[in-house]
Amino acid sequence: MSERKIDEATMDNVEILAKLALTPQERQKAMDEMEKILTYVEKLNELDTDQAEPLVHILPEVNVFREDQVTNGDGRKDSLANAPKAKEDQYIVPKTV
Amino acid sequence: MAKQYETVIGLEVHVELATATKIFCGCSTKFGAAPNTHTCPVCTGMPGSLPVLNKKVVEYALALGMAANCEINRYCRFDRKNYFYPDNPQNYQISQLYLPICHDGHLEITTENGKKTIRIHEMHMEEDAGKLIHDEWEDCSLVDYNRSGVPLIEIVSEPDMRTAQEVIAYLEKLRMICQYLGISDCKLQEGSMRADVNLSVREVGSDRMGTRTEMKNLNSFKAITHAIEGERERQIELLEEGKEVIQETRRWDDNKESSHAMRSKEDAKDYRYFPDPDLQPMQIPTEWMEQIRSRQPEFQEERAARYEEQYGLPAYDASILTQTKHMADMFEQTADLCGNPKKAANWLMGEGLRLLKEKGMEAEDMDFTPKHLADLIQAVEGGKINQANAKKVFAKILEDDVEPLAYMEKEGLLMVSDSGAIEGAVDQVLAENPKTVEEFHSGKEKVLGFLVGQVMKKMRGKADPGMVNELLRKKL
Repeated sequence: MSERKIDEATMDNVEILAKLALTPQERQKAMDEMEKILTYVEKLNELDTDQAEPLVHILPEVNVFREDQVTNGDGRKDSLANAPKAKEDQYIVPKTV
Repeated sequence: MAKQYETVIGLEVHVELATATKIFCGCSTKFGAAPNTHTCPVCTGMPGSLPVLNKKVVEYALALGMAANCEINRYCRFDRKNYFYPDNPQNYQISQLYLPICHDGHLEITTENGKKTIRIHEMHMEEDAGKLIHDEWEDCSLVDYNRSGVPLIEIVSEPDMRTAQEVIAYLEKLRMICQYLGISDCKLQEGSMRADVNLSVREVGSDRMGTRTEMKNLNSFKAITHAIEGERERQIELLEEGKEVIQETRRWDDNKESSHAMRSKEDAKDYRYFPDPDLQPMQIPTEWMEQIRSRQPEFQEERAARYEEQYGLPAYDASILTQTKHMADMFEQTADLCGNPKKAANWLMGEGLRLLKEKGMEAEDMDFTPKHLADLIQAVEGGKINQANAKKVFAKILEDDVEPLAYMEKEGLLMVSDSGAIEGAVDQVLAENPKTVEEFHSGKEKVLGFLVGQVMKKMRGKADPGMVNELLRKKL
């Protein structure tokens, strides 16, 4: 295998961005798997796409809009049913400043 | 020996749009509702929910873009900005990076140093985040997602500003345009307008940009001014000590009046943007563009110019009255109803602004029927009420929108035009002041003024002075 795409510094950054705290074994496994994914995807670089229009969306439609009219009522009960913990109709999350 | 430094400032301004519903769902945007009542699977980021774009948000963005002389990306789309924070339930914010709706515009600002053009890099549509409150009792945070998904337009300027004064002028200009368009009330204190300040310093004459910092959490013009001055000093000090400015995000603390660097983890600027596959791109048709262009209002400069021309107002009056669209509308209706634009301007700018200031209110809060002020002006001009009493009535109009004539009558503030009542007072005064009457007859015409004053006093100021004068002369 040529030079690694996922080096230690990249992995450090990924851990920060994804808010992960991995054991050394988990970390090694993740690095190897990500390396494989990138190598696999790299195959696409072999294609000449100079003449291809970038595909923004797989459906051809544009301008899918809704009118500015209130259609939803009090969603408190249903929304909070998805909260692991709640207090006074608010979601409880770890202390965040 | 002291080096001269120049401050270079660019702004990222978020404006909360005054739509009835959120940007991607039919939840209400009404401010002040009980926590989480305005939520649904879309704005709480439930997997499988589908966002659908609010058409009005696009219209507002186009209107603002046109007002700020922008180019429009007729083909544009939304991207996902990925980051983890509890106020962002999807773990991404739907925003626009690659093809923002507007770009390359400019606004002209005026400061005491004259006019200056501030270029606008781009404007894009995006969604707001929820609101986090710290809970002291349980040492956790509480989230209310009512604000999650409220539509925002972010306006990114070029680094064209050099002083706090220019920054404030730019923000005021932007706020004025939004208010004239009716797309946002732009209240910094309430967060419907938010400004992040990107600032760097460099030696005067240098054409290289210094390293910049970004300051957040500035919610008043005062905070912005202080933050700019403080950050300029801090950066200059670092450079003078031979240290480097670190590119970072700093949070302004309004109580301490200083800023501190946010932790680098919060500041990890790798948002891994990619096109949002849930939202179809937009292709803005020419007819739609034209429709919006034709609906653009008359903005402040044009309106002020028209007031000078149509109503013959001095430039100063015209400029003050048009600072907010609301004030301008009030003025115009009052002026047209009473047919006396100069008086309408005087009342609104004099007593009106004075009373608003006294009550700590804004021009937006001035809410009365223009007909009532028009009637009052006509009453004053027609001699039905004196100036002092008219001020009392005006205060009452401002407070309770009273109907002035009925109020004047009820409170006995109307001028007495009944010559019988005035005649009675004249007779009384003449009888009480025989010496003065004698003086008058011996040629001392000046004493007439004293007698008029005495009659007015008896009439508690509510008699027409001309009439009093005439009656006195007749009787003498």
